[in-house]
Amino acid sequence: MTADSLTARRRSPLCHLADQLAAAGSPGAVRLAELPFQTLVEVRCGGADSLHASRPGLGASADSHAAVIGRLADIVGLPFPRRVGEVAGAGSRHVLWLGPDWWLASGPPEPCPDPGLEAELAGRLRSAAACQASVVDLSAHFTTLELSGPRARAVLAHGCSLDLHPRAFGAGRCAQTMVAKAQAVLHQVAEIPAASYRILVRASFADYFARWLLDAMLEYTTADGEAVGGSRGIAHRGYTQ
Amino acid sequence: MLRIDCPWCGPRDETEFRYGGQADVFYPEDPSSLDDAAWAEYVFVRGNPKGWFAERWVHVAGCRRWFNTERHTVTYEFREAAP
Ligand SMILES: [Zn+2]
Repeated sequence: MTADSLTARRRSPLCHLADQLAAAGSPGAVRLAELPFQTLVEVRCGGADSLHASRPGLGASADSHAAVIGRLADIVGLPFPRRVGEVAGAGSRHVLWLGPDWWLASGPPEPCPDPGLEAELAGRLRSAAACQASVVDLSAHFTTLELSGPRARAVLAHGCSLDLHPRAFGAGRCAQTMVAKAQAVLHQVAEIPAASYRILVRASFADYFARWLLDAMLEYTTADGEAVGGSRGIAHRGYTQ
Repeated sequence: MLRIDCPWCGPRDETEFRYGGQADVFYPEDPSSLDDAAWAEYVFVRGNPKGWFAERWVHVAGCRRWFNTERHTVTYEFREAAP
């Protein structure tokens, strides 16, 4: 089967809920959408953690850790985050900090089955001598949800114990944590009020997680949103700023 | 719900972690020299203090790193987490 026909035939984990996601919330409060088929490539580099700048008592080796990350960034050709929970990059390509020797590069959808981002990173690593790193395509492991609007943080707070207040979290930050009892990668893309969070959940959790979000968004749904949704059968509280 | 300090990620809920038992229990240096009693001591016998206890925890829902920390078995305070 050709790549073209495979790409045309693929179905995202939440395609069956697209209408409900589009009808949920309200433009002035919070909106939800699936960003299907994002390209996600895991990069691991053993040994980088032992040199990590944030490791207690090892402040002196911060420079060497920065050197390791800098070298990796040069080889891979993407900016790498230097600190816990940081995201590097802008536009459509990001690199998320997942662990002290563990990153996730994300990019826009690509034709399946062989995303060019993985091949590109793997090729660059292979051609670099003495670089012990691995590159694995995880695009089909997750699906990405985008929750945006001034009440997006309030919706997440229904099921996430992380402090997402701007004093502790903001645009360009990410965290692996539990949201609604599901493991998720949380990435804040823009500040409030345009606030937009990308939430990566495993494909097998996507249906449960999206339905949980739809439920959490009910109280931020306006009468207009209700008219679009139609028959939810429960009284909605009007959203007020 | 306990709040546990991951040395990498900072304070997180207990549900993000799994417990790894007493810290600093090392594999015997010369295993063939151990008799049954010594093996039983290594495999089964652990401290049970009333007070500070050095433990292993793993941040499974976050950075997936193992680390050592101390927990107070009466107050459930945590202190001195280190990778
Ligand atoms: Zn952690």
